[in-house]
Amino acid sequence: MLEVKNLRVFYGSHKALDEINLKVDTGQIVSIIGANGAGKSTLLKSISGLIRGFEGDVFFDGHDISSQSPSRIVNLGISHVLEGRQLFASLSTLDNLNLGAYIYKNRKNRASVEESREKVFEIFPILKERASQFAGTLSGGEQQMLAIGRALMAKPRLLLLDEPSLGLAPRIVQNIFNVIRELNQQGVTILLVEQNASLALNSSDFAYVLETGSKILEGTGADLLSDNMVQQAYLGAAKSAS
Amino acid sequence: MTVGSIYAMIAVGFNIIYNVTEIINLAQGEFVVLGGLVMVFIRVTLSIPTILAFPLTLLIVFMVGVLFDRLAIRPIKQPSVMTLIIATIAASMILKGSAMFIWGKDPYDLPAFSGRTPINFLGAFIQPQALWIMGLLVVIVLALTLFFERNIMGKAMKACADNPDAAKLVGINVNHMILLSFALSAAIGAVAGIGMTPLALMEYDRGAMLAVKGFAAVILGGLGSFPGAILGGLVLGLIESLGAGYISSGYKDAFALIILLLLLFVKPSGLLGNATVAKLKKF
Repeated sequence: MLEVKNLRVFYGSHKALDEINLKVDTGQIVSIIGANGAGKSTLLKSISGLIRGFEGDVFFDGHDISSQSPSRIVNLGISHVLEGRQLFASLSTLDNLNLGAYIYKNRKNRASVEESREKVFEIFPILKERASQFAGTLSGGEQQMLAIGRALMAKPRLLLLDEPSLGLAPRIVQNIFNVIRELNQQGVTILLVEQNASLALNSSDFAYVLETGSKILEGTGADLLSDNMVQQAYLGAAKSAS
Repeated sequence: MTVGSIYAMIAVGFNIIYNVTEIINLAQGEFVVLGGLVMVFIRVTLSIPTILAFPLTLLIVFMVGVLFDRLAIRPIKQPSVMTLIIATIAASMILKGSAMFIWGKDPYDLPAFSGRTPINFLGAFIQPQALWIMGLLVVIVLALTLFFERNIMGKAMKACADNPDAAKLVGINVNHMILLSFALSAAIGAVAGIGMTPLALMEYDRGAMLAVKGFAAVILGGLGSFPGAILGGLVLGLIESLGAGYISSGYKDAFALIILLLLLFVKPSGLLGNATVAKLKKF
């Protein structure tokens, strides 16, 4: 479904990503783990079109979408949930959701937008209670739910999630990951960036490890979980144990 | 009331651009001047009737707003709100210079929309032009409030200000929205200029003072709020007139600045500004 080939991204003269190759198949949950500054967010932004003018190619359903505009890419079926929620803070929860369906703003889509909204409310019932509240005044967990909900309003086939667990209580993180798995079962393919490696690997079909802009390892979630290097560097296993 | 309505229109122009970009466009006064002077050219020099000259002027100043965005705002490579505000100052100087170059330093008059015979209204005599100005203000504010509060395009414009990256990701073309905001507020500035010229004349260097007054009205009413802009403009106009009458007309221009300072000390979110929203904004 998604294929990234020889991606290289520069910020000025600083190389943020080097020769990245990765593949996401339809129906999978694929995760990218790595430390801060490894280039994980940059990778997602290059796919969704927020970063343009990189070297290499991004293919979606076999079409080259490299350096297309973000609005074109969301129309093709890729939604991106940015790190740190990035809501429209001074608009209401409801407005945030409605803007998520901006690509369906044509009147004739009204019924289907309403349907998507009901579906989001079903997944995150708390958002319905908060519908008229300013998004900026929601709690961290509610904001993350709204960010995911807003992305779902565009009816994506591929959902890019950047650090959905960031700054949230463990119970809420569990809740969010349950939703992610559920969405996946309903047919949404997911590319997940996470610092919480054990959580990410446990829910993924396949995973990549990034370090300072380069891919150093790839494998199925289970493989990487049992990998010595991954255990030491990202899962906090003691060195002596290996 | 009339002066207040003009301030209110300028304040509305500030608010549109602020709502979309969080920029305070310090060239807003220049759009007013331009509106007045372009109208003078079309109405007086080319002697085209008001009913045609009015939309034609709006269109021209609207296009100036488009160019303003294209030439002064968009080329900036690493836009922060502050650098963009400084760019608007530079652009305002260019606009002012061009106006001086084209029209010279003389003030110009414009025929009033429907004559200059004062109407007796409850014992007070008012110019018909004053009614026109107030009417236009009401229409503008109603239309904009509906647009920003009810229409998905309006909300999308606000979303651009809140979070440009997230706005792009839901498919909003942020650059178009910014362009639209500048063009729209240029046109509204032009309405103010066209409205006030028959009463107060217009010359090339009125822009800066009008912008200061409009900005004071914005702060008074609450940054980003359209009803606030009206209230702020009218209250400011009233205070100026009363102050000029009771204290000294020499200090007329100082009142706006005093109010601006007092408000920033006491209640920065303004009379109708939403304190919760204000806290969620960057600036």
